[in-house]
Amino acid sequence: MLLAPVVWVLTVVICYFFIAKTWWFPPPVSAHGIAYDEQFMRTLVITGIIFFLAQFALGWVIFRFRDDGRRARYTHGNNKWETIWTSATAILFVGIVLMGTRIWAAVHLSPPDPNAIPIELMAKQFAFAFRYPGPDGKFGHTELKLVNDAGGNPFGLDDNDLAGKDDIVSASLKVPAGKQIKLIMHSRDVIHNFFVRELRLKQDIVPGMEIPLYFQADTPGTYEIPCSELCGLGHFQMRSTMEVMSEADFEKWKVQQAAANKQ
Amino acid sequence: MASPVAHAHHAPEGFIRRYVFSLDHKVIGIQYYFLALFSVLIGMSLSVLMRYHMVHPDAKVAWFAKLWPTAAQGGIMTPELYLSLMTMHGTIMVFFVLTTAPQSGFGNFFLPIQIGAEDMAFPVLNMLSFWTTFIALCVMVAAFFVTGGPPLAGWTAYPPLSGIGAVAGPGEGLGQTLWIVSIAIFCGASLMGAINFIATTIDLRCKGMTLMRMPLTCWTWFVTAILGLLGFAVLLSAGVLLILDRTAGTSFFEPAGLMVSDQILNHKGGSPLLWQHLFWFFGHPEVYIAILPGMGVTSQLLSTFSRKPIFGYRAMVYAILGIGFLGFMVWGHHMFMSGMSPYSAMAFSVLTMAIGVPSAIKTFNWIGTLWGGKIRFTTAMMFALGFVSLFVTGGISGIFLGQPALDLYFHDTYFVVGHFHMIMGVAAIFGMFAGTFYWFPKMFGRMLNETLGKIHFYFTFIGVYAIFTPMHFLGIAGNPRRYADFTNFDFMGKLIPVHVFMTHAAYVTAAAQILFFINLFWSIWKGPKAPMNPWESTTLEWTVPSPPPFDNFGGLHPVVNHGPYEYAVPGAPSDHIMQTDPIDVHAG
Repeated sequence: MLLAPVVWVLTVVICYFFIAKTWWFPPPVSAHGIAYDEQFMRTLVITGIIFFLAQFALGWVIFRFRDDGRRARYTHGNNKWETIWTSATAILFVGIVLMGTRIWAAVHLSPPDPNAIPIELMAKQFAFAFRYPGPDGKFGHTELKLVNDAGGNPFGLDDNDLAGKDDIVSASLKVPAGKQIKLIMHSRDVIHNFFVRELRLKQDIVPGMEIPLYFQADTPGTYEIPCSELCGLGHFQMRSTMEVMSEADFEKWKVQQAAANKQ
Repeated sequence: MASPVAHAHHAPEGFIRRYVFSLDHKVIGIQYYFLALFSVLIGMSLSVLMRYHMVHPDAKVAWFAKLWPTAAQGGIMTPELYLSLMTMHGTIMVFFVLTTAPQSGFGNFFLPIQIGAEDMAFPVLNMLSFWTTFIALCVMVAAFFVTGGPPLAGWTAYPPLSGIGAVAGPGEGLGQTLWIVSIAIFCGASLMGAINFIATTIDLRCKGMTLMRMPLTCWTWFVTAILGLLGFAVLLSAGVLLILDRTAGTSFFEPAGLMVSDQILNHKGGSPLLWQHLFWFFGHPEVYIAILPGMGVTSQLLSTFSRKPIFGYRAMVYAILGIGFLGFMVWGHHMFMSGMSPYSAMAFSVLTMAIGVPSAIKTFNWIGTLWGGKIRFTTAMMFALGFVSLFVTGGISGIFLGQPALDLYFHDTYFVVGHFHMIMGVAAIFGMFAGTFYWFPKMFGRMLNETLGKIHFYFTFIGVYAIFTPMHFLGIAGNPRRYADFTNFDFMGKLIPVHVFMTHAAYVTAAAQILFFINLFWSIWKGPKAPMNPWESTTLEWTVPSPPPFDNFGGLHPVVNHGPYEYAVPGAPSDHIMQTDPIDVHAG
């Protein structure tokens, strides 16, 4: 019956594109990213085999048991087979998820690194803004009513607070390679989301919550940040970049920003 | 077993009583079916417009300007218009198509007959449930035409975007409010329907129709109704809270410190996550509401058209119950990235993997049913077979998304869009097509055209694979969802050819649906007359005329002596035993 070869051809075509990796992840830039890709591959191989076998079996029974004058077999089932394939599925599925648990725990349940470089992220309709504490290591006080986007003060920094005078505000995220970062995320209006493909990390940014995201990027480069939670009509334009640079370059950049602040 | 509810024994008279405010579950089922058909036409048109815009974001289309003078000035679809169409597409498809046709359409028509009853337990409530759904649809359609336009917060309507009113931007004024009102009315209608289905199944089974002799379709309608009763109650509550936030100054879902469009808002003390918990506590059972009846139809059809009993009836029942029960425990898998506790995420993840087990059991048992069978390739059977293939594909991508470790990348990408379209937008729809081709003769007394049906099937089956499989690759490449276009990011440039391919596939597949509509409407009036049991199927609806008389069994009370899938019984006079055949089939 025609449906059998149609199912088989579709299956082979789909498997081909996964094997050929025609459209694929960008290379990972962190240890987490490498672990992520391993878990993805594990899941892909297991589900790929299940996918192929299930579609193949469907096509096979369609073909083999088409009505050609035969008698159908009278059976209500087979408890032995039910037990076998139910147990196998349960073990496989729970096994897969337990394997991924380590990766999840590493991102969200590790003890926080006290030496992580703190960087604040403020998300709003429709831009990301980043803030560094400057040489004094302290974030200055902010007030919502002092916010002035047009005037370059998206955080609402209070001029009266000395700690804030050296804060560095940036439209893009700059980080040194090989160092733990603590990204402290806030939203000013609706839910947004921070996503860097190369980091294999994503986190909703929720108004009323302060959400820390710890990560370490190891490979220098510039990586795009697309907002990944519907935030209104400008959602598709809400873009920033993360630039990973050597420690030396990062220090140079901070010095440049500090000098610009003084003007 | 309680005695059946009293029911009028006279046929209804007059056009209004027979076709408009009918109390007959069969008429109500057909009303629901056509409401869903109308809705799917709107929903499908919206999706074609969306796919067009994604690959031609700057195109000038003259009639856009006529329909939407503000949102499409000069004929160019604005991003807010795109998001509104997307919101309405999802809402209309999930509520007015997927929650309506499989359960309220086919379920209303066939549950009473399949269990040997004259009608539903509460015929007046049944009539009210349809007309309440109709009002909900009218309010939803009205949201298209109000000032400010239809809402753009997605079918999920997350606050604060949906909770703070017009200050959040276009579409978030009256359009969003009407959306919530429509959904709240829909919740009321669904609760009425759920009560009816549950009472009917428990109380109105005829003599001999034990629970374990019910067709699997009845089991799925029963469990779906329980999911609806518990789930829609929560959605209704959430909707009330959201409307209060928008109109009465409450802050259930908005924290302090919000600044939108340069205004500092007055809200304080609320949590956006609260909405997500309430919404998804409904939203996850909702997707099982959308798929379970299709699973029931698939089981029924695979057995009928393989001329073999269903493989593992008891296991299938336990799987349906298991899916229903576990379906209430996995809502957090929609919220892995939401900022909720990472420990909760792990718990939800294990439960999500667990729910894959009964789904796998069903798939193995479907293949087991076909094994050793004598397969008749009617169009109904083709759609049931297609359902199995699509359910496998759609279900498997869930194994990636159910792991929070992997969801760290895939959340809110096209991988998710591909997953839920495969499982809801396609498998569930195939369940509806299968049900249509199988039950049309009983509903309308005529046969659909098989040749046209099969051409429509192949175009649709290949077409949906072409539209939705590439979405998984887009997700792997990191393409976010709910983007009006893909021109602002470097990495999306090389993904645009994939979008173009999907758009073209969508055009062809949408056009192919014309074949179905021609088949349906032509056959209602001009199709060959249908015999009582054209498919030689065993369940009770095939023991009454096509279409059935107003009280289904002509005043008689059927007595059931056999299970629902007694095909190929050795020694029987024919290859199928009707459920009401005498105990000793050689007698009489």
